[in-house]
Amino acid sequence: MAAITSDMEIEVRRPRRSVVVGVLLLVWVAAYFVLRGVNTLVLGGQETTGFHDWLTEHRDDVGQGNAFFDAIRIAVDHFVVLLQDVISQPSFDRPVPVIGWLGVVAVSAYLAWAFGNWKVAVLTAAGLGFVGLQGLWQESMDTLALTIAAVLLSLLVAIPLGIWAGLSDRAYKVATLVLDLMQTLPTFVYLAPLTLFFAIGPAAATIATLIYAAPPAVRLTAHAIRSVPPESVEAARSLGSTRGQTLTKVLLPMSRSTVVVGINQTIMAALSMVTVAALIDAPGLGQTVLKALQTLDVGVAFNAGLAIVVLAIVLDRVTTAAGDRPWRTASIRRKVLLGAGAVGVLVAIWFSRTYVWAAEFPSSPNVGSRIAVVTSDVTTWVQDVFGGFTYGVRDAVTNGLLNPLEALLTGSPWWLVTAVVVALAAVLGGWRGALPAAVCLLLLVATGVWHDSMITLASTVLATVVVVAVGLVLGVWAGRNHRVDTWIRPVLDAGQTMPPFVYLVPFLALFGTSRFTAIAAAVVFAVPVTTKIVADGIKAVPVATVEAANSVGSSTWQVISKVQLPVARRAITLAVNQGLIYVLSMVVVGGLVGAGALGYGVAAGFAQSELYGKGLAAGLAIVLLGVLLDRVTQAAARRTGQFKGRGEKR
Amino acid sequence: MTAQLEYPGVQDSDALLSIEGLWKVFGPKAQRVPRRPDLAALDRAALYHQTGCTAAVRDLSFDVAPGEVFVVMGLSGSGKSTLVRCLTRLIEPTAGSLIFEGEDLRAADEKRLRTLRRSKFSMVFQHFGLLPHRKVIDNVSYGLEIRGESKPDRRRRAQEVIDLVGLAGNEHLYPEQLSGGMQQRVGLARALANDPDVLLFDEPFSALDPLIRREMQTEVVRLHREVGKTMVFITHDLSEALKLGDRILLMRDGAAVQLGTGDELVGAPADDYVREFVRDVQRADVLTLRWICREPRPDEPLDGPELGPDVLVREATRLVLEADRPVKVVAGGQLLGVIGDEEILAVVADTN
Repeated sequence: MAAITSDMEIEVRRPRRSVVVGVLLLVWVAAYFVLRGVNTLVLGGQETTGFHDWLTEHRDDVGQGNAFFDAIRIAVDHFVVLLQDVISQPSFDRPVPVIGWLGVVAVSAYLAWAFGNWKVAVLTAAGLGFVGLQGLWQESMDTLALTIAAVLLSLLVAIPLGIWAGLSDRAYKVATLVLDLMQTLPTFVYLAPLTLFFAIGPAAATIATLIYAAPPAVRLTAHAIRSVPPESVEAARSLGSTRGQTLTKVLLPMSRSTVVVGINQTIMAALSMVTVAALIDAPGLGQTVLKALQTLDVGVAFNAGLAIVVLAIVLDRVTTAAGDRPWRTASIRRKVLLGAGAVGVLVAIWFSRTYVWAAEFPSSPNVGSRIAVVTSDVTTWVQDVFGGFTYGVRDAVTNGLLNPLEALLTGSPWWLVTAVVVALAAVLGGWRGALPAAVCLLLLVATGVWHDSMITLASTVLATVVVVAVGLVLGVWAGRNHRVDTWIRPVLDAGQTMPPFVYLVPFLALFGTSRFTAIAAAVVFAVPVTTKIVADGIKAVPVATVEAANSVGSSTWQVISKVQLPVARRAITLAVNQGLIYVLSMVVVGGLVGAGALGYGVAAGFAQSELYGKGLAAGLAIVLLGVLLDRVTQAAARRTGQFKGRGEKR
Repeated sequence: MTAQLEYPGVQDSDALLSIEGLWKVFGPKAQRVPRRPDLAALDRAALYHQTGCTAAVRDLSFDVAPGEVFVVMGLSGSGKSTLVRCLTRLIEPTAGSLIFEGEDLRAADEKRLRTLRRSKFSMVFQHFGLLPHRKVIDNVSYGLEIRGESKPDRRRRAQEVIDLVGLAGNEHLYPEQLSGGMQQRVGLARALANDPDVLLFDEPFSALDPLIRREMQTEVVRLHREVGKTMVFITHDLSEALKLGDRILLMRDGAAVQLGTGDELVGAPADDYVREFVRDVQRADVLTLRWICREPRPDEPLDGPELGPDVLVREATRLVLEADRPVKVVAGGQLLGVIGDEEILAVVADTN
């Protein structure tokens, strides 16, 4: 009896959900025209609320003078400075670092060869040589030093945590909960709270980076340990292994390649964060990009952005190759060659400490300034020739879609927006969606940056719609066609490894500073992850199911719309979720190129001390938006899952 | 089926491994199930419904004699794999006693248990459980390594068992480079390397192709002859059980259905379940003359050829059919009965 009622519920409710959503939106629009401009909580650029001032006043109360945080800051600072002394900054009464460029290139290439293969060693040498020729050697080395410091510290914490979560079910549950939350937060929001504890500077940047970069290593280590075949563990136990022996001789060696994937992701995350951390005075390439963005110098920004991309590619390829290395121990020939290589590296280091030409990267030929000039010229040319078109697209989208949406969100009373969003969340995700939505929105009001939040939300929603549309088309295409998949996947993978910062540069060149620039960058930034999840979902549809559909004479479109998409809807809701998170993080960074709103608020908070509190509140608002969007889509996804479960029982 | 066979039961005193009232219950508050007779009596579905528990092993008692091949047979889900893991407490039993060489295994602490696993027991797994990052020889010597033997010693010992199981020449390959059958030889060698008293096999050949499986069964028979270890062998394959087992324990839903030799199971099934189980067996290959001989009829001549009671029907077929009078089954000078053409044909041409 119970089963029958619940089935009928589905039959009745499914068409109704979209109708309810439609009615809600219509009511909202109607109410907007009546209540426009009432209770909109606008706050001007330099205006602050009491909450913001309170934060600004108490800025120094938390971290400064606190022995615990000071100790951490000083220790991390020393570690970073040590690494900088070794590879980037003049040190120990010498005008050059301990190891000059030749030594660094030799060591890096050697490590790439020893852990990976000779191909990535060549790539490493070429990549580092290239950033040197760009005239960005020292900046690159600063970025590298910070990244290495953050990654080492991060792994020091993350891998033991991952092992713990791999061995204990309870730790795993807690870790998953915390990591899920951490991974919904954009890079940006880690910065503000950390400056509270560790002051603005490289230490705070490194700590922010190590926190931001830890989740993948924890997650993948735990996952690797949990996926070791139980029989191998049992076999080890049956032979009388102690727990320690099982861990060191069975679990860890068998987890190696997956843990390396985690390390790879940690390194990539660290690199993105280190560049964004330029906002809190982290040295390196991020500084160069940031300054160029602020002065709208597309040429210089492009040159530095290119260096970041090159570093990202090198780090990614080397760690991937290290993960792909098979179990086998090295052949004798390789051992001999490695030994000879080590001698060569020592010679190179000695050279780099003895001769100036091997210590300081030669300043000519300076490819970098050529790149900057050419880029500027190309940009000017593009803007001259296509300016009408690109600016036309920009204005059409801005006026036709973005402005109305933004007006609806910012022009409605806050309580109306809250009511509508909570109602939508309830319809889509039940109380699991409605409750977090209500809490987040009310807290958003309390932050005092409601208006800015709504502007950011408008851009995020618009960009996500585009991302989901593009991601669905590409994902379905790649999921159904193996050749497309093999062709498109490396592009998507490469797209995902780039730090968000560098996406801004080309769009800045095309569209100038505007909200649309951030939206376009966000779309390009988020499409890869969405596409991949959709493609994987479509590929996971059982072949037999598709064959059955084909065998009854379905057209291609019918197979897609009636079989593949419905079966893969779990993956699709996940794709929407991830798309939203990626878009949000990019839209926020877009605050630096004219998108304004919350991202600008955070950046302004670092730049002007009287706006510090407001910046912190903006950071908090970003977190709340992220949690809101994540919870609602997750709840919606869970609902879809439930439908599937009940449907199967029938 | 007439003859009620007296089975030479293993006495407690000379048992190597003695299991008494063994239970393994999974689920919340599993302890109470064996303790409370009302719960212990429930069948699988009722027990789960009432307590949320599943009894994988129910009140099993049996002894394993030194040098014996003891087969535990049952369909998947009958609890046989859980049982074999309980024997060395890889899975902790819920209730019952485990006595090995007079020592109470359930009282052993973690350290003692490790010592026993390092020297007295070894196990061979269905999916091999090899370590993919180690070469064959390092897999085989793993057990020696963890008990702290020196590298030359364990190399030497590993090489011995590698030769013994027919893996010579593959020492420096990695498991993934070997076929399934060869991988299981590595598993076997690893188990033998410790020179254990008892070898436990958990469906070791189920994942292999039929031809390789037969080859490996023969290999086990050969090893048993050569090294004479006590073996506890888990399988769901009746023909494997009959081929290898001195005695067979048939399990269903965690409980014992019948314990006996292969010909007892086929010749005198305890219930319909066992009868159904052994239905497709080539009975001539399993039954001995003891099972089919009958009282001589008064008019029958008793000067035919003589055979022992433990001769397989298959082996006696030709002689019985060629003889022009009934064959006598004689044990120790005593006439147990006679066998004529119809008795032989009833078994050989048996279609059930």
